[in-house]
Amino acid sequence: MFTDMKIFAIEASGPVAACALLDGETLVAEYSVQFQKKHSQSLVPMMAAVRDLVGLDLKEIDAIAITEGPGSFTGLRIGAATAKGLGLAIERPILPVPTVDAIACNMWGARGLVCPMMDARRQQVYTGIYRFPVGGGEQTAPTGGMEILYPQCVTDLEVILDKVMEIAAETGETEVTLLGDGVPVYGARAMEILDGKLTCRFAPPHMSRQRAAATAVRAAQIYAEQGASCLVPADDFRPVYLRLSQAEQEHSERRDYRI
Amino acid sequence: MNGTETAILAIESSCDETAAAVVVNGRTVLSNVISSQIDIHTLYGGVVPEIASRKHVERINQVIRQALAEAGRTLQDIDAVAVTYGPGLVGPLLIGVSAAKALSFATGLPLIGVHHIEGHICANYIAAPELEPPFGCLVVSGGHTHLVLVKDYGEYEILGKTQDDAAGEAFDKVAREIGLGYPGGPKIDRVSKEGDPQAIVFPRGKVAGSVYDFSFSGLKSSVLNYLNSCRMKGEEISVPDVAASFQQSVVDVLVSHAMTAVEEFGLTRLALAGGVASNSALRAAMQEACSEKNVQFFCPPPILCTDNAAMIGSAAYYEFIRGNVSGLDLNARPALRLGSR
Repeated sequence: MFTDMKIFAIEASGPVAACALLDGETLVAEYSVQFQKKHSQSLVPMMAAVRDLVGLDLKEIDAIAITEGPGSFTGLRIGAATAKGLGLAIERPILPVPTVDAIACNMWGARGLVCPMMDARRQQVYTGIYRFPVGGGEQTAPTGGMEILYPQCVTDLEVILDKVMEIAAETGETEVTLLGDGVPVYGARAMEILDGKLTCRFAPPHMSRQRAAATAVRAAQIYAEQGASCLVPADDFRPVYLRLSQAEQEHSERRDYRI
Repeated sequence: MNGTETAILAIESSCDETAAAVVVNGRTVLSNVISSQIDIHTLYGGVVPEIASRKHVERINQVIRQALAEAGRTLQDIDAVAVTYGPGLVGPLLIGVSAAKALSFATGLPLIGVHHIEGHICANYIAAPELEPPFGCLVVSGGHTHLVLVKDYGEYEILGKTQDDAAGEAFDKVAREIGLGYPGGPKIDRVSKEGDPQAIVFPRGKVAGSVYDFSFSGLKSSVLNYLNSCRMKGEEISVPDVAASFQQSVVDVLVSHAMTAVEEFGLTRLALAGGVASNSALRAAMQEACSEKNVQFFCPPPILCTDNAAMIGSAAYYEFIRGNVSGLDLNARPALRLGSR
């Protein structure tokens, strides 16, 4: 299928803390918890539980997959520091996966467009637009059959929905599936905006949030497509926030104003 | 563990220094690596937690790797992993805690969560191999002002602490007001050498009903009032005099509280700890007060006063031999109290 790699995936970018072990074509284990935000306490014990349950020798891992961002700044860093510490100890690289791509991967094979939306606060979403073409989307294809029609970004709900309608018109798609933790916040609004233009669906709970298994699968697809160039030394990995810190933003605004 | 040797890899990231060290038996420092972010935070006039967190996660592996390399060790010749888990800024703390837990998980080495203030106190064990409890310790830094009775290794009684600003915080705020900028401690220390500490009489902060607690916000306001009134009257402000007089007020309060404890508890040893322990006026005044009372005075060199991981490695050793190890569910505890686990 994708590769013979053993991929250990870590997920902490949003409301879910999770890890998974993908061994070639076998999803050996997945441990996923969406309960309050206790990633710092739960993540490493979950990793230990998975290791112990399947008798994993950590040295057998080829790469540590992680959702690189965007996401909760704190969550991204808990995941990143954990992955980096693990990478340092077992001398293995990190395979970063764009968070929104990983969420979209949950909907493998869905009809129409797939538009994950994570609540980015400040009336914005982390989002992107994807499609799983029928026929041409064999799982063996390098991209795993997932087309990235609009890469992940942070933007206003209205902006991404305009883009969804534009791409739907271009591609002849008539349906869109919305998923992610932005749906409880913006779903109703999105329905209103898309009403009469596109059929809008929401993913069910087992597909609607970050899943470490999907991150692992997406990582394997990226590796199949890009080879070793997608691997990052654990020391050099840093999360992708898509936003400056508030202080930096205000600082640069002040500077712009002075100029 | 090689015979009686216990080598601990320690990690510290509670504020704006990413640090790692290897310490043997709590006293011998094999490496002490500190990656400071001070240049970045100077742009903003103080530590920005989100920026600090981002820098920590970028630097953490290099710092750990360098600490191991300088110690001539690999993870195979380490006996335990220690990390500061509080108090401090939660975002920064989480980086060290997450990395340390991952290392412990991957290597099977015991994990030891360390209290940051306990680390500062233990810096004295590194600097003075002969020092043993019991002793009194004044911990003064940008985030903390504690007068502590060290009863035994790992056993502390907090006699007093600040009710508002930490001493170092007062230095930063006053430095900003008189145009010295961030970080205030070293800058006030330097400029005070050219000023007259008796030029202006600022109040010595007292806390009603407590001889050991501290309060520095009144002093800070008093300096601000003085500056405002000078400006309104069009009087020239002598920055060195204001700095020296402010510093004298802080030093007087710190020294007098410590000496009250010396009297009451019959202490024969007194130690300084924390970033502000690098302040030359405070060191000199404490040294003098201690000699007068025939009390042995201890103060670590500046490299062990600032936030560092060697001190965490020392504190961790004494927790480790007392059997205090942490689970993989260890969390960052921004408001962790000294003496609690």
